[in-house]
Amino acid sequence: MTASTPPVGRRAPRPGARVLAFAGAGCGVLLLVAAASVAFGSRTVGIHQIVQGLAHTGPADIVTLVREVRVPRTAAGLVAGAALGAAGILIQAVTRNPLGDPGLLGVSSGSGFAVTLTVALTGSTGVTATVWSAFAGAAAVTVLIVVVAAATGNRHPGQLVLVGVALGAVLSGIQAALTLLNPRTLDTMRAWSAGTLTGIPPGTTAFLTLFVAVGLFAALTVARGLDMAAMGEDLARGLGTRTHLTRAVAIAAITLLAGSATALAGPLSFLGLMVPHLLRPLIGPGTRRLLLGSLIVGPVLLLTADVAARLVTRPGELPVGVVTAFLGAPLLLILLHSRKGRIR
Amino acid sequence: MTGPTTTVPTTTAPGARRSRGRRRHRAAGTTLTLTLLGAAVLIASLAAGDISVPVPDVLHALAGRGDPLTSTVVLTWRLPRALLALALGAALGLSGAIFQTLTRNPLGSPDVIGFNTGASTGALAVLLSGTAGYTRTALGALIGGLATAALVYALGGRRSTATTRFVVTGIAVSAILTSVNTWLMYGADTAVAARAAQWTAGSLDALGWEHAVPALVALAPLALITPFLVRTLRVLELGDDVATALGARVVRGRLILATVGVALTAVATSVAGPLAFVALAAPQIARLLYRRTPGISLPGAALTGALLLAGADWVAAHAFAPVQLPTGVVTVSTGGAYLLWLLLGPRRGGRKG
Repeated sequence: MTASTPPVGRRAPRPGARVLAFAGAGCGVLLLVAAASVAFGSRTVGIHQIVQGLAHTGPADIVTLVREVRVPRTAAGLVAGAALGAAGILIQAVTRNPLGDPGLLGVSSGSGFAVTLTVALTGSTGVTATVWSAFAGAAAVTVLIVVVAAATGNRHPGQLVLVGVALGAVLSGIQAALTLLNPRTLDTMRAWSAGTLTGIPPGTTAFLTLFVAVGLFAALTVARGLDMAAMGEDLARGLGTRTHLTRAVAIAAITLLAGSATALAGPLSFLGLMVPHLLRPLIGPGTRRLLLGSLIVGPVLLLTADVAARLVTRPGELPVGVVTAFLGAPLLLILLHSRKGRIR
Repeated sequence: MTGPTTTVPTTTAPGARRSRGRRRHRAAGTTLTLTLLGAAVLIASLAAGDISVPVPDVLHALAGRGDPLTSTVVLTWRLPRALLALALGAALGLSGAIFQTLTRNPLGSPDVIGFNTGASTGALAVLLSGTAGYTRTALGALIGGLATAALVYALGGRRSTATTRFVVTGIAVSAILTSVNTWLMYGADTAVAARAAQWTAGSLDALGWEHAVPALVALAPLALITPFLVRTLRVLELGDDVATALGARVVRGRLILATVGVALTAVATSVAGPLAFVALAAPQIARLLYRRTPGISLPGAALTGALLLAGADWVAAHAFAPVQLPTGVVTVSTGGAYLLWLLLGPRRGGRKG
């Protein structure tokens, strides 16, 4: 997947100017997109109104709109985007499959299924129940997918996608049945299952940010180990990597990241697929660097999609999951065609 | 649901001629078993419901000798749906068998490569434009499905349709169209969206004779010409070079087969909405049941498809009574499980490519 072959020299290529430029430009774009996310919607507010809203000095309706609707939504997008991007990078590293994506591989379906099951069985729609069941579902499917990837021996990248689609079909079929059998569940799940950033209480976002932070930290600690494992298990072991431990930690991190993102925003496909493929040509293949880069690119993509979702069908709005699929699926097509050696 | 119990005698074959005869016997036995099971599901779906009708009364009503109430329930309310389940299941199974043979790919079935989603897009566009009618919706579904299949073929199948790339291309195109479908639904007002949602879930609920008759009339000629296609299919299975050497007109044969396959799926989809995975699973299950027959048996796939859809519809209608599930929900979850098994099972049937 490398964009360029590493130069033959004594020193490894250093982050250098390109990465610094990326970080600077990326942060700028992220700020702009976040501002747009606060500003645009069924009702557009200007910059000075945003500032007034944030500072509690403007008219009451603007303060309410900015502080209680737009800012929480933007925050949720920031966290979910970063988590999904990082999860995509980790899944692609662990399964060594360039088509890795929490949505495509069924991890989000697992979350959705578990949330539906919890809502249907207990009637509880509380944040805690939703979050924990989303985690449980994501964890189960993540482990399953990694086991499958190991068992089938990375024969063909598309194969894993097929497994994910099949798994997703089973889980979403049962999920649909559960929601149809129970009208109250249908109401709760209808908005959630399309993927949306609206109506997430700030407390939930804060709570989940903690999980995302733990997941990211875990991911960063094993990033080097994953890079070494990519060179081959034996070589990695020879270089002192505890490969099993590395994989286990990485899988736990995927669970935390994908689980939190899904708990926040519902099942969003293709974001985790897009982020690594956009990043690699920009900053190279190192997992640690990619993880840090995904903290910028993931939120930028998700917030852009969310703003687009609000503007396309104004004054109504689309679920953001629709936009990410519409933007991300063509990338899957391009990937299928471009890497001749790897994806036939 | 009735558990399928196909009993295949397992004695060792001493001579080649005798074993061929036995092979034919086995195939006939399997066909008979499947037919009987289909009849059993038909009678079960006529008997079950809010007003449960005892089996003898069902048979009386079918023979035209039932009392008025029973006759109304069995013949007017339940028979069209039950017949449609069998007929559309057979059509989907047949269509899947044709496509899987043509693409030489156990996953190359119309539902996996985006036909269903494209048909939904077409039908939604018609439904939401407000000029909905049965024929127009069907036409929209047909055009949408055909265009999608053509697109997937153009994007992913040029080098070969026998690859995972072809199938994943279908998945990617389906994903784009799914988001288009959601977008279309969001723009619609509630009443139209509700009708469209029911259609896209895939349901045989609320289908009467006015839907069944045109569908059965459309399917009958297709079913009639299918036996004539079996030979073409067998020849094409040998590969293009051999087939050409044998004097077959490969391109024409393939075109005719594909047209019939598309038409079968299109009729089923226009009546009941997208019923995923029946076309995928039926031919492969038939291949297991008719183990000794080379290739995919077309009549076997049709029978298996009929049994699968009728069984799924029975579960959707009666297993969670009084709530009715859309039939598509049942076929998606069981079909997905089957696909998993196909991908991960010991035979690894989906590995090709």
